[in-house]
Amino acid sequence: MEEKIIIAGFGGQGVLSLGQFIAYAAIADGKEVTWLPSYGPEMRGGTSNCSVVVCDKQVASPIVAHPDCLIAMNKPSLYKFSDKVKAGGTIIVNSSLIPDKVERTDVKVVYIDAASLAMEAGNARTANIVVLGAYIGMSNLFPKETVKKMIEAKFANKPKVIPANLKAFELGYATAAK
Amino acid sequence: MKKLMKGNEAIAEAAVRGGCRAFFGYPITPQNEIPEYLSKRLPEVGGCFIQAESEVAAINMVYGAAGSGARAMTSSSSPGISLKQEGISYICGAELPCVIVNMVRGGPGLGGIQPAQSDYFQAVKGGGHGDYHMLVYGPNTVQEAVDIMYDAFDKADKYRMPVMILGDGMIGQIMEAVELPEMKDPAAFPKKEWATDGTGVGASRRIINSLYIEPDVLEKVNHRLFDRYKELEENELRYEEYLVEDAEIVIVAYGTVARISKSAVNALREKGIKAGLLRPITLYPFPAKAIAKVAAEANVKKFVAVELSMGQMIEDVKLAVNGAKPVEFYGRTGGNVMTPEDIVEFVEKEVK
Repeated sequence: MEEKIIIAGFGGQGVLSLGQFIAYAAIADGKEVTWLPSYGPEMRGGTSNCSVVVCDKQVASPIVAHPDCLIAMNKPSLYKFSDKVKAGGTIIVNSSLIPDKVERTDVKVVYIDAASLAMEAGNARTANIVVLGAYIGMSNLFPKETVKKMIEAKFANKPKVIPANLKAFELGYATAAK
Repeated sequence: MKKLMKGNEAIAEAAVRGGCRAFFGYPITPQNEIPEYLSKRLPEVGGCFIQAESEVAAINMVYGAAGSGARAMTSSSSPGISLKQEGISYICGAELPCVIVNMVRGGPGLGGIQPAQSDYFQAVKGGGHGDYHMLVYGPNTVQEAVDIMYDAFDKADKYRMPVMILGDGMIGQIMEAVELPEMKDPAAFPKKEWATDGTGVGASRRIINSLYIEPDVLEKVNHRLFDRYKELEENELRYEEYLVEDAEIVIVAYGTVARISKSAVNALREKGIKAGLLRPITLYPFPAKAIAKVAAEANVKKFVAVELSMGQMIEDVKLAVNGAKPVEFYGRTGGNVMTPEDIVEFVEKEVK
């Protein structure tokens, strides 16, 4: 198997860490992975993206031209990358910030109101974890419990935020797994 | 247990585990995580971290520390490495071991901050003045970079010359799972009988210098250096072949570009085009004999050098192929990185 993902949005939306969560989950699940960020003179409010490649053997190219999945956290990202998604692939759209509908008919589209679900989880900053949940629920790439354990481990030094992040993950998961 | 680490940080940790106890540098993107990491890590192991006032100062601090016998290193990116060239030439002239990491960005001049391989000439042909080389590696994964860094000081000490790790912005910024090796015990490192560490006194006094006024003496130094480069070629030459055996098109690429090329080779094979990849791991010494051997195979019709430059390594490929087969070039520059699909498209046109 080989799954190529592009995650894009505004700097500050947790785009890079969302990609890292997928990478950590991949390692926990015994897969090979590369996480490659766009780097540059970027800052909060600027654009930011990362490419994640998950494979059952060593990843060759970390550069992704045509992803299996695009996670678009803001409108410019959707327009920049949506044409590049493989036919039969998936686009996850953060509908809290993107009112538009995806015009392509050859891809599966999941709309997720990440901001509202994050508020429901009790912490507005968990929007990226909501989307992580949606991605796992949609792709079934890794077992749910593996990802939840990884979330607990990653926030081990901030135990207070663990319950909200786990709830955010569950809410996103449930939305996409429907 | 494998750990997900950023290339720069993994290299920094591998340096410490490989015995590095002195780092001197000056910040520049895209390698800042190396000094950032070492500024915290080196004091923990009793090492020394100095953010110098400039790249020129940093490389001369490396010169001094290496002369006193310490396992010293610096890291930078292209414009910073240019500034270090005088110091590197002096270190080579004084026959001192050290490690230099260059996470290459686009040039010339200040260029950009995105990945490039346009410092190949500078790294392998001797970027400073005089007849010299360094042992130069072009790792293609974080794990390979870690393994090379871990042993780099041993090689530098053995041959008394700098080891350069030539990465690019991608290998510095990418995160991959790595297995970190055990900490080496500095007490077990071989003694440096030449180091100016205060033990050589009187008749056995030690001098570290790169000034040889007598032509005959300097000529001897040059020959000694080149004898060592011959040893490098015998002992340290490394490369990887992937599906070369029956290949008609052989891609030659190093570093992260070799990984992108590997995906391209797989895609070309799926399309029925017999492509293969020859990946130099040491850039100096260069696997010229291996390339010449492949060039002599009847099934091989053409070579394609793929680089993030306007074409630098291709010159070494051409020297190795020596006219036996055509050598074409595909490159991106300015910090743009090719996709596997770009390489596939280029090769498809070449076989038509």
